[in-house]
Amino acid sequence: MFSSAVIMSALELGCIYALVALALFVSFRVLNIADMTTDGAFTLGCAVSATVAVAGHPWLALLAAVAAGACAGSITAFLQTKLKIPSILAGIITNTGLYTVNLAVMGFSSNVNMMKTDTVFTMLRPWLGTFYRLLPSALLTVTVAVALVLFLKTRLGLSIRATGDNPDMVRASSINTGFTITIGLCVSNALTALSGAVLAQYQKTADINLGTGMVIIGLASLIIGETLMPRGKLWRKALGAILGSILYRFIIAVALRMDLPSECLKLISATIVALAIGLPAIKAAVKPATAQGGKKSC
Amino acid sequence: MLNISHISKTFNPGTVNEKTALSDLSLHLDKGDFITILGSNGAGKSTLFGAIAGSFVVDNGSIQLDGQNITNLPDYKRSKYIGRLFQDPLKGTAPNMTIEENLALAYMRASQHTSPFSMISRSDRAGFREKLAQLGLGLEDRMDHPVGLLSGGQRQALTLLMATLVTPKLLLLDEHTAALDPATAEKVLDLTKQIVAENQITCLMITHNIPSALSLGNRTVMMKDGKIVLEIAGEERAAMTTEKLLQAFHQQGISNDRILFSAD
Repeated sequence: MFSSAVIMSALELGCIYALVALALFVSFRVLNIADMTTDGAFTLGCAVSATVAVAGHPWLALLAAVAAGACAGSITAFLQTKLKIPSILAGIITNTGLYTVNLAVMGFSSNVNMMKTDTVFTMLRPWLGTFYRLLPSALLTVTVAVALVLFLKTRLGLSIRATGDNPDMVRASSINTGFTITIGLCVSNALTALSGAVLAQYQKTADINLGTGMVIIGLASLIIGETLMPRGKLWRKALGAILGSILYRFIIAVALRMDLPSECLKLISATIVALAIGLPAIKAAVKPATAQGGKKSC
Repeated sequence: MLNISHISKTFNPGTVNEKTALSDLSLHLDKGDFITILGSNGAGKSTLFGAIAGSFVVDNGSIQLDGQNITNLPDYKRSKYIGRLFQDPLKGTAPNMTIEENLALAYMRASQHTSPFSMISRSDRAGFREKLAQLGLGLEDRMDHPVGLLSGGQRQALTLLMATLVTPKLLLLDEHTAALDPATAEKVLDLTKQIVAENQITCLMITHNIPSALSLGNRTVMMKDGKIVLEIAGEERAAMTTEKLLQAFHQQGISNDRILFSAD
């Protein structure tokens, strides 16, 4: 049904977008914050990566994008922890501001063409042949996932997880929640921006609209991953996010195969996320109250 | 060790809800002191703990812990030295993290020389296992289980272990057994006694149970309207009975409401 090219590109994109799923794992699942900065941070990563790569530094471009993403996250965290703006609104404010920043990064143009630019992929092509896009993407994603899992087991990582898990406990322990939320959002948006940075070099173009709806796509991937890996240790959850992202790309490929216009994809993603997050409530409403077999623990 | 000097706290000053929770209260604890605190609801017991732990800043007075003035220190900086247990067993642990991760967090945040990126070692883990085994609840074989799967008593025992894993300068116990069934409460109270004695922890415990207030620790104070109205120690305390103490309560004008106290 699929040509090998279609499978290959789904795997490649799945690995690249998996970084967004991992980012949302940090903000949405670990910190329990719906971080609306995601869309803008993704575009920021694209824009920074494209601009720096065009200037001749494709590797530096990735690092610069990570730094830029962390900055975006720190602004959202500042709004939330210091100015006490509700977390969702804080993300939307940063996201709105980032639109202008992203245009500015691309020289007040809505896109950057990199057709004649060296990217990390074209630089690796002589060694890797056909897999010149898949191998680096997969390696990067796996490395980031391993580093993230290890980080979440450090003292700082455990503090961040506790902040999202039991605010009461954290208030009574020597954890500065303002600090842990800031670090968490910086890490999360750095990952999102890295995803955008790799994508820009992958498709050799950056566009101001690339990040639109990214938070929903990331959540859809994350939730698909959680269905695949319902419970378990951290590394299983990280693996779930990656697999979920790849599976999401295959779902999209199927949809495109069925001649669904690509404009419909965002609506499909939105529906998947709404249904998946609403599933417990839907189940409860469908099942009569008496048929429920005891409360679900936490 | 702990020196509380003339602290006062009024909530919502200047409004109809104005409430003086602490009124010129002073209390001194020597190292190793274990004080039990009695008093009816609204006497200011929990507010006193809040003041010590830094949940709010007191209006007047000063609080010194081990020679350091902590009156204006934010709560998260104080809690490196102060362990605190609440009545609600769900408050002290992170449910979606494993037993080991909860212990690791408690251990690393209280230790002095760990970087933000430090991780627990194999020997740390062995130490946790040993300490868990001492609780006698079989938790040492469930270290990779999420804490959310434990019962209230198990969670409270774990919280106690977490608070004392690195010996705190001060331990605050706010009716930490009140939400547990009698048998579990007794078990957790025994563990408390054992851990506090072994590590010679300076400790303050709020309780509504007069017999345990008199049997645990070396001093007992009674609070009313944000003040300490009675303090007993030594022989006077050894000779004190539940009946006599209830009488003392009545003399202080505390309502004759035995529901507030459990005399059994």
